[in-house]
Amino acid sequence: MALLDIDDLSVTFYTDDGPVHAVSDLDLSIDKGETLGIVGESGSGKSQTAFAIMGLLAGNGRTRGAVRFDGQDILGAAPKVINRLRARRIAMIFQDPMTSLNPYMRISDQMAEVLTLHEGLSKRDAVARSVEMLDAVRIPSARERISLYPHEFSGGMRQRVMIAMALLCKPDLLIADEPTTALDVTVQAQIMDLLGDLQRDLGMATILITHDLGVVAGFCDRVVVMYGGRVMEQGPVDPLFARPAHPYTRGLLGAVPRVDDADARMVAIPGNPPDMAAPPEGCPFRPRCGFAGDDCRTMPPLVAFGENRARACQRAVERVTA
Amino acid sequence: MVATAEQTAEQAAPAAGRSLWADARRRFFRNRAALLGFVILVFVTAFALFGGALAQWSGEELDYAVMGQVAELGGPSLATGHYFGTDDLGRDLYARTVQGTQISLAVGVIGALIACVVGTLYGATAGYFGGRTDSVMMRLVDIFMAVPYMFILILLLVMYGRSITILFIGVGLISWMEMARIVRGQTLSLKGREFVEAARATGVSAPVIIARHIVPNLLGVIAVYATLLVPLMILTESFISFLGLGVQEPMTSLGALISEGAGTIAYGTTWQLGFPLLFFCLTLFGFFFVGDGLRDALDPKDR
Amino acid sequence: MIAYTLKRIAIAIPTLLVLIVISFLLMHAAPGGPFTSERELPPQVLANLNAKYGLDDPLWKQIGTYVWNIVTGFDFGPSFVYKDRTVNEIIGAGFPITLTYGLLSFVVAVTVGVSLGVAAAVRHNSALDYAAVGLSIGAQVLPNFVMAPILVLVFTLWLGWLPGGGWQGPETWIMPVIALSTSFMASIARITRSSMLEVLGSNHIRAARAKGLPEHRVILRHALKPAMLPVISYLGPAFVGMITGSVVIDIYFSTGGIGKAFVDSALNRDYAVMMGVTILMGALTITFNLVVDILYGWIDPKIRY
Repeated sequence: MALLDIDDLSVTFYTDDGPVHAVSDLDLSIDKGETLGIVGESGSGKSQTAFAIMGLLAGNGRTRGAVRFDGQDILGAAPKVINRLRARRIAMIFQDPMTSLNPYMRISDQMAEVLTLHEGLSKRDAVARSVEMLDAVRIPSARERISLYPHEFSGGMRQRVMIAMALLCKPDLLIADEPTTALDVTVQAQIMDLLGDLQRDLGMATILITHDLGVVAGFCDRVVVMYGGRVMEQGPVDPLFARPAHPYTRGLLGAVPRVDDADARMVAIPGNPPDMAAPPEGCPFRPRCGFAGDDCRTMPPLVAFGENRARACQRAVERVTA
Repeated sequence: MVATAEQTAEQAAPAAGRSLWADARRRFFRNRAALLGFVILVFVTAFALFGGALAQWSGEELDYAVMGQVAELGGPSLATGHYFGTDDLGRDLYARTVQGTQISLAVGVIGALIACVVGTLYGATAGYFGGRTDSVMMRLVDIFMAVPYMFILILLLVMYGRSITILFIGVGLISWMEMARIVRGQTLSLKGREFVEAARATGVSAPVIIARHIVPNLLGVIAVYATLLVPLMILTESFISFLGLGVQEPMTSLGALISEGAGTIAYGTTWQLGFPLLFFCLTLFGFFFVGDGLRDALDPKDR
Repeated sequence: MIAYTLKRIAIAIPTLLVLIVISFLLMHAAPGGPFTSERELPPQVLANLNAKYGLDDPLWKQIGTYVWNIVTGFDFGPSFVYKDRTVNEIIGAGFPITLTYGLLSFVVAVTVGVSLGVAAAVRHNSALDYAAVGLSIGAQVLPNFVMAPILVLVFTLWLGWLPGGGWQGPETWIMPVIALSTSFMASIARITRSSMLEVLGSNHIRAARAKGLPEHRVILRHALKPAMLPVISYLGPAFVGMITGSVVIDIYFSTGGIGKAFVDSALNRDYAVMMGVTILMGALTITFNLVVDILYGWIDPKIRY
């Protein structure tokens, strides 16, 4: 049985200017210890998927479908049920470490409250465990610095704190939402190395949400490519990157500058991501797709092919990969 | 060349200028509360300016028919020509409310104007020169703001005679500090812009730069806060007049009328409180709604 | 934190001195002396009076003596009108009353305002939220001098539930406190609501929820502190407004507080009492602003320089 199983998930936000369909009919699953990458441009619905799993959508967001964690449907579950899972079994790291820590509380208080809440530790023990965890994410002189406020740390250090906080209860599933986007390039690499080490040590399943294909290639077993709130293609990382079977994935890979191949031209995908308040009819990628035809006005289902791969496209695999 | 984008934006500014105001106007009139406030203000202003023409009595003559029996005979009535009834002395409350509204509006608008002029000049000067001048000037503002100004104003009124001029000026002079702070902040950000740098480079003197380049660019902000200052001025004046320390008989203001009405409610002449109160609340509502609407429409944060 | 506090105190003291000197100069520059009255006094009597009150000394000496007496002994000197009473006695009689209902009003305005604002923000777009917004808009045009007669009209004249004035026990406190606190309560509710809404939408609150904290912990432990910062900035002006409003309360409800003495002295041109009250109120305001500044520094770790 999969650790997390998302079935037909849709997320809609009701705004003053009408409904916005952030995620549509999403199917996804992740096994224990597996690392899954969710890749897409901003606005593709990848972050909202993560928030829907955690029950953290904004107030005007509505969901449909099912999210089963360990066999239990947690989508729209009572706050009590969700709160027993958060941090203890499913933890999350956020995009912007600058604003995701509470600027008015000491790090020690912010970390310790997780342990006193979920594991019933005393404040003293909780702080001691937190210091150990800060050591584990390689924050120097953690014992002294744990009583500082967030603004006294650099961006990279704050993200380390966020990671330490997320891992305090040794969760079964870690969701990392663009953990390195807001950081300097050199710091990015350090944080990803750290995450990789911790993932191996703790053996937790990890969902890495990013728009950076290089990060996925180095970190994940399997990857899901999202566009316009839908899954375009999914499969194991190496074959998918070697032979992308969806026009969007091809475009995305074409847009990645390759260090190993200096001659490879960088081709940007023409056009802009769709406006999800008025999405295109059928396949969301149709207006930007070089392979598009009239049959693309109906959204094709996600169809399995090859080894554990699946894609949603009207064109034959051979035509797209050629 | 880093400056290119900014230069393009600067060149585009005159063309965008008009659409900016048009945009603000559209946003303002789409805001229902602001529109309601605007209608209320038009009504109150018309009442103050032309309401006197409908009055059948002047605000100063005594109606001997109702004198001594104001509670029984002095109520609002079309037959006697006292639409709002009479006051305790038998004077026509309608005519007096018209006059009171005039005075209150005048104090509000003139007081706000004084506060704006003083605050803008002070704030623009502090912001433009910056450095030591700025910190000394703003520290002074901090000190002024900690003073319970209402007491000082009353002190002034008592010492220099309770004239309406002192009231107008005094009300304005105690409220320029907030304006000065806002203008200073805006000036600081304007100071670094190219057109100011250019003016300075060509040797234009500081007062001219402030008057010709800085202040015109602040007009939107100034307009918003001026509109929000007017009701505060009216509140201040009414407060002082309520205590009997403001405008003097036979002149009156809404605050003085409310005070009179509040003093006589025990005798069953509720209209003496009701009508002045109605116009007082309408005026304040009107200005608050319009001010909020202007702020939303012109908010510098949105630009 | 200690350095920050000391720095704030170092600013507060000169502010107070400036206030005293300004009011003294204003009084000194006033046309007509304090003994200019209907009855023409013989020159010898006037000279004696001026000597008694120290008005024939050079200006700097007068200021110096005045400040010295205030600083060393809280002594505001004699009243200029009531020959047998000192300013201290006049203030002393009314101040406890003003302080009592003033503090009550302040506590009511802050607790009710903050609770209402938080509740409205937490139940955003609910009936409670709309009621709170409507109430706070309405109360903007209900300052103390409007509330006071309306309250008396309703609760004393129509319903007959409460005495219309005086200062004899808690039931005479109710209307003064409501009249004085309503408009400030409304402002505090409005400020709290909008800042709470902003904080609840911020990233660190989402992160706190992701930790599995129950909603009340999220609000009380994580959101309340930052949401209070704009409210705390408003407390200074609110305090000044309440002090000023107490004058209306004392007049309209005959509570016998310090405001009555102030207006009487204004009508009698009793400058000594007016200055005493002004300086006392100024000192209270400055002290209060000092407390607010320190509170602000205590909540926001970034301010502790």
